[in-house]
Amino acid sequence: MTTADIAARHDAEAANAETVFYLKDEHDHPEGSSTALGFWIYLMSDCLIFAMLFAIYGVLGANYAAGPSPKDLFELPLVALNTTMLLLSSITYGFAMLTMEKGRVAATQIWLAVTGLFGLAFLSIELYEFHHLIEIGATPQRSAFLSAFFTLVGTHGLHVTFGTIWLVTLMVQVAKHGLIAANRRRLMCLSMFWHFLDVVWIGVFTFVYLTGMLR
Amino acid sequence: MIFGRLTLESFPLHEPILLVTFAAVVLGGIGVVGALTYFRLWGYLWREWFTSVDHKKIGIMYMVLGLVMLLRGFADAIMMRLQQAMAFNGSEGYLTAHHYDQVFTAHGVIMIFFVAMPMVTGLMNFVVPLQIGARDVSFPFLNNFSFWMTTAGAVLVMMSLFVGEFARTGWLAYPPLSGIGYSPDVGVDYYIWALQVAGIGTLLSGINLVCTIVKMRAPGMTMMKMPVFTWTSLCTNVLIVAAFPVLTAVLALLSLDRYVGTNFFTNDFGGSPMMYVNLIWIWGHPEVYILILPAFGIFSEVTSTFSGKRLFGYTSMVYATVVITILSYLVWLHHFFTMGSGASVNSFFGITTMIISIPTGAKIFNWLFTMYRGRIRFELPMMWTLAFMLTFTVGGMTGVLLAVPPADFVLHNSLFLVAHFHNVIIGGVLFGLFAGIVYWWPKAFGFKLDPFWGKLSFWFWVVGFWFAFMPLYILGLMGVTRRMRVFDDPSLQIWFVIAGFGAVLILLGIVSFLVQIGVSILRRDKLRETTGDPWDGRTLEWATASPPPVYNFAFTPVIHDNDAWADMKRRGYQRPLDGYRPIHMPSNTPTGIILAGLSMAVAFGLIWYMWWLAALGFVALLVVTIAHTFNYHRDFHIPVEEVVRTEAERTRLLAGAGA
Repeated sequence: MTTADIAARHDAEAANAETVFYLKDEHDHPEGSSTALGFWIYLMSDCLIFAMLFAIYGVLGANYAAGPSPKDLFELPLVALNTTMLLLSSITYGFAMLTMEKGRVAATQIWLAVTGLFGLAFLSIELYEFHHLIEIGATPQRSAFLSAFFTLVGTHGLHVTFGTIWLVTLMVQVAKHGLIAANRRRLMCLSMFWHFLDVVWIGVFTFVYLTGMLR
Repeated sequence: MIFGRLTLESFPLHEPILLVTFAAVVLGGIGVVGALTYFRLWGYLWREWFTSVDHKKIGIMYMVLGLVMLLRGFADAIMMRLQQAMAFNGSEGYLTAHHYDQVFTAHGVIMIFFVAMPMVTGLMNFVVPLQIGARDVSFPFLNNFSFWMTTAGAVLVMMSLFVGEFARTGWLAYPPLSGIGYSPDVGVDYYIWALQVAGIGTLLSGINLVCTIVKMRAPGMTMMKMPVFTWTSLCTNVLIVAAFPVLTAVLALLSLDRYVGTNFFTNDFGGSPMMYVNLIWIWGHPEVYILILPAFGIFSEVTSTFSGKRLFGYTSMVYATVVITILSYLVWLHHFFTMGSGASVNSFFGITTMIISIPTGAKIFNWLFTMYRGRIRFELPMMWTLAFMLTFTVGGMTGVLLAVPPADFVLHNSLFLVAHFHNVIIGGVLFGLFAGIVYWWPKAFGFKLDPFWGKLSFWFWVVGFWFAFMPLYILGLMGVTRRMRVFDDPSLQIWFVIAGFGAVLILLGIVSFLVQIGVSILRRDKLRETTGDPWDGRTLEWATASPPPVYNFAFTPVIHDNDAWADMKRRGYQRPLDGYRPIHMPSNTPTGIILAGLSMAVAFGLIWYMWWLAALGFVALLVVTIAHTFNYHRDFHIPVEEVVRTEAERTRLLAGAGA
């Protein structure tokens, strides 16, 4: 390939200038440009799992098998406290994101820590409730209602547990590298995850606890 | 404590068939490992393949996995054919009930989850990024991880052959039979954990490909300019994302019933086994469209390429695909009309099922009209496509027949049903995969497949299929139910013998296919193609070299029309020869294979009640995952000199080919 050949080619390209078949100026796909979409899709698939568990609770929720019913078991004040913990944790996560936008590392870390503490409080209250139920004989094996109850609420609790582990991991990473783009993206994903769990909990609170007291 | 419920009795030493198989596998395994060590290939495999995040290599590995599992699944099939052909006139055949029940369960599970799924995913992985002008998928590491999770699931199923046993429940493991009371052994646990591990891989690869198609298309490629195969892949992956969580959840609940003693699907304490049947088919029916849609995409590409024409009715093809995607969620109940949901519910699902034949029929007409007045080249991919159209239409019609609830009450659970779904899966998915393999093989490896052995394989498969399954339609109409081990009525035997003969023909088809691959590799220099465009293709994957460089395209292509490459050829596109830049690519990583190995350990621990292993494996999974997130440098740039060298080599090849 001589330079003359290349020049001839350039002429041909110039003649065909209106149709470009490739980009001369390379653009890298910015790192993580698909992450938000990918994480949304993951969340929706997770949402489907919760939808299934809700549906199952809807079908089996009245099959007490001569065992205890929601009215015998649920203590709304405790659940209200629990709900408060989770809702507050969502607010504080929101504060963490706001401070992250301003690039204030220390404030972000503090809000993340507060969020984690609220999450732990939520989990502790839930574990206390489970422990209490099992102690009085309302075990997951007792009836289909209780199987569905423990699985739905427990799956949510498991998600919060992993969310908390994730939160701690991110705090370490922010401490190590600061609020770099990768860390902001990760905090954003966890934020969506955390708020998603909040929304699911509102479903649990309404559909399982409140409706349970009514029937 | 240490070994859970794994004892010496768990090894099937009393089963001569399994012992011989085991001996063969061990000898074969030693042979392969020995050869790899002798030729010092371990390092190469590890660096270039196992840890690779290149979508092309991962796609090829998926295909290898599917092919290996096809041999296992087919071994099960021919064992069943032999058993059923023998077990007449007081003969018990040669398989015990215990063994036979495992064989038919394993056959179904393997063929769907570990043959059809990996092969479909493999083709999508290989082709989609090339067709949309991308350098890789959105999440290259996840792609590698997904592949290894699928492989881990396959290994678990294979393990059940020699350590313990597999489920004896049928491929969907309905409770209460699959509950702990009726299936206390490890079989159902192998089933559950193999599918859970592989299911995570499938879900993640679904998310990955949806993102890739939505976000990574080359400039100018609007949705309605995407190649049809990419469209069908998009729909399939949307279905995966929307269906596989249901499978995950329902299997999780079944395992809770088995491990914890909950009452979701039990007969007592308020459980409902019928809910399992509903839930598993809410996943199961979309699953069959997950498999067939990409096959439809392959047939579209092949028909248009080998007719030398633009696809007839592109828009209607896209809409038909989308309509099928949506409708596939509204038909699940037709799998159990006889369960007793009542006339109105059955009618609704019967009608939605029949409606699906409309978009499907539209597709068939689109392919026919594409061929009409085309210059058709009857090469192998086109032959598979024609065989598909003839075979699949019969399967579609018996499907509509089964969709009529009163007819279904007669044919439910019969061999007619077995014939129907083999008719659509073999005649649709498998023929499509073969068409796709022959079509894209030269793109993947730089040489064509040998046509003689390919045609031999084609004729054995097609004729064998008709011999193997038409008798089952007849038997089904006569009322013979599926999954029978012995028969009382000697007049039925002849049909089973004919079906067995068909299975032998299919065996010859598989052998010819393997010979075809072997012969082609040996004669690769004669079959070599240097243009990158051996079939006069129409879509972007044919614009680059065969095999494509790691970065796929030196410059990001710009698209003006659907059938982008045909458009570029028509308008005198000149390949750029200078101005290269370094290319940004993801780095390889061993994390995927490590995580999948740990998941397998967790599953094995759970299956055998080795709680320490499960717990240890789980903690290790967490640690490795978190450690992986501490690695922020997952990419590199291919230096410009390397790009120049690669592209100069291509220029030389093209000049040699007289292009």
